[in-house]
Parts: sequence; structure tokens; C-alpha cells
Amino acid sequence: MEFVDVKRVQDLINHFANKDVYIHLETTNGAYATHYDQSFFSAGAYIRNALVRYELGKITGNGPYRVGLKMNIGWIYAEGITHFEIDELGRLLLAGHDHKGKLAVALEISPTPFE
Amino acid sequence: MEKERHVLVVFPHPDDEAFGVSGTIATYIKSGTPVTYACLTLGEMGRNMGNPPFTNRENLPKIRKQELQEAARILGIQDLRMLGYRDKTIEFEDEEKLTNTISSLIDELNPSLIITFYPGYSVHPDHDATGAAVVRAVEKLPAAARPKLHCVAFSNDCVEKLGEADIIRDISPVFETKLAAIKAHRSQTEQMLADMSEKLKNQDPQVLAWINNERFWTYKFTK
Repeated sequence: MEFVDVKRVQDLINHFANKDVYIHLETTNGAYATHYDQSFFSAGAYIRNALVRYELGKITGNGPYRVGLKMNIGWIYAEGITHFEIDELGRLLLAGHDHKGKLAVALEISPTPFE
Repeated sequence: MEKERHVLVVFPHPDDEAFGVSGTIATYIKSGTPVTYACLTLGEMGRNMGNPPFTNRENLPKIRKQELQEAARILGIQDLRMLGYRDKTIEFEDEEKLTNTISSLIDELNPSLIITFYPGYSVHPDHDATGAAVVRAVEKLPAAARPKLHCVAFSNDCVEKLGEADIIRDISPVFETKLAAIKAHRSQTEQMLADMSEKLKNQDPQVLAWINNERFWTYKFTK
């Protein structure tokens, strides 16, 4: 993955607008967070292969970045995005890695279902 | 170490075998005991992607599959089963289906010893759910026909609740093999090993003890 290039990512987000796309969205602090620090409140969420269509998508912020997708009947957003990649299947992979390089958030947009 | 007919190891993630039990696995294999490793997932939800990242969420499972196969090769595991479940979803699976998956492995392999996680004392929900499935499968057998069940536990309260481990195995004769198995899971262990390298070089007693002592609790069946 590469560091976010706002212009390229914005172009890619635009490319998927108004099309049926599959979304992978996750946030995670890791399954061991509370094991190592009992005061830590562990939380996360995960959706794989939500089939949606968004009319407007934006990447904002000064890095780490935020990405929001506006749908006819709702919203999708992620914050903490640091890296992006267009993979060999033409999917836009966005991820946020923490200071140690661990994945903390991922938002992925694909024209075909994820495996 | 008691002679076993066949050892079945059941864990949910590639690398679960490396930290806690790879010395034990290597020792059994060296003595000619067949070992089957059933690994439920490919660790699809791992958070270590390298720093800077050399992989991503979608490619990680392919890398971890290769790492798992390499670790198995290093340990001499001839029979590696990848069961095709998805990381972090084991506890949400149908319990009976999971139990049957384990039961059919037991029927096929007739192991004299099974190694898994101690349900309730293994921190990660996949660990607990995997251990619970193994316990349910073994419990279905009449008590006299059951293989031994050795469990790994590492929750903060495991010693307080379970007492000290009844098996503490010194695996220092296969230390290098174990270290190589841990290294084989490069995507997940590279950073940790880098942080540890100075201590390893200086033979830090705490780090050596962590690697050389593998602890198991023999499961106490209530049924």
C-alpha cells in the first residue's frame, strides 16, 4: 500500500460513484487490547460485502484522512485512513495503520464481491 | 513425555501453534509420533501488515497460508488441515456444526492426545470458541474412550482460577526449531522478534523461559 494521495484517492472514489459496489468496512483495536490493559474498552465493527450505491464520496482531512460516502438512504464513513491501493481486481483498498503499523481501520470498495 | 499414538492439535489461527506448543509438536514428531494440525482460519483479520505495510487486508490470508505451510514444514508436520473458517467468526458459527467438524477429525485420526485452548481462559474469542468445540466433541465420547486433552491458557486470571499448569514442558532441546517456526509467521512476528532480538542475543532469562517452557492444563471434564 502507499500513503494516501488525496487527488488519486478522490478520483478513484468518484470512479465508483453511482454504481453497485461491495463494501468492506472494519474498525478494530485487536482482540488483545483489554488483555494487555484492563482499563481499555475494546470495541470494533465489521461489515463484509454490503452491496450499496453511493451518489457522492469524499476524502477529507490533513492526514490521517476521513472518507465519507453518501447514499440515497444513508451514509458510510471511516476515519484514520493513511494508506491506499488499487489491487489487481480493481478494488480500492483504504486502510489506516497506527504508529506501530497495525491496521486499525479499513474501508474497501469493490465492483465484485469480496472473497 | 508419555508416548502417544497420534497427536491432534486444534487452533484457530496460523501462529497459535508457534508460540505455545511448537516445541511440544517438534518433540513429538522427533520421537516418531504423527501430529495433525487442524487450523480453523487463515488469520484473515490479523492487524500486522508490516511497517511500512507489505500487504493488505485482502492479500493477508494468502501470505498467512504460506507462512502456516512453512511453519508446518519446519516442525515436520505432515498432516496440516486448513478448515476454511473465517477469523473472528468462530464464536458466531453454529455450535453443532463446529462440534461435528472436530468429531469427524477424532473419528478419522483416533488421537491419544488433543491439544487446544482452554475455553474461557484463552483471551481471544476464537480461542475460547475453538477450545469449547473440542471439549464438546470429546465429551460426546464415553469417558473411557476419550483421548487426553491438554489445554493452553493465558488469560490474566488463568492461574488464579485453574491453579498452576499441571504440565510444564522444557522444550529447550528444540529451541531453534521453535524459534524458526515463530519466524516463519513473518507477517505477524517480525516486529515482535525485532523488539526481542537484543534480549535473545543477551540470553535474557525471562525471554528464554517464555520460549522454553510450554504450559498445559489437563482438561477436567464435568460430564
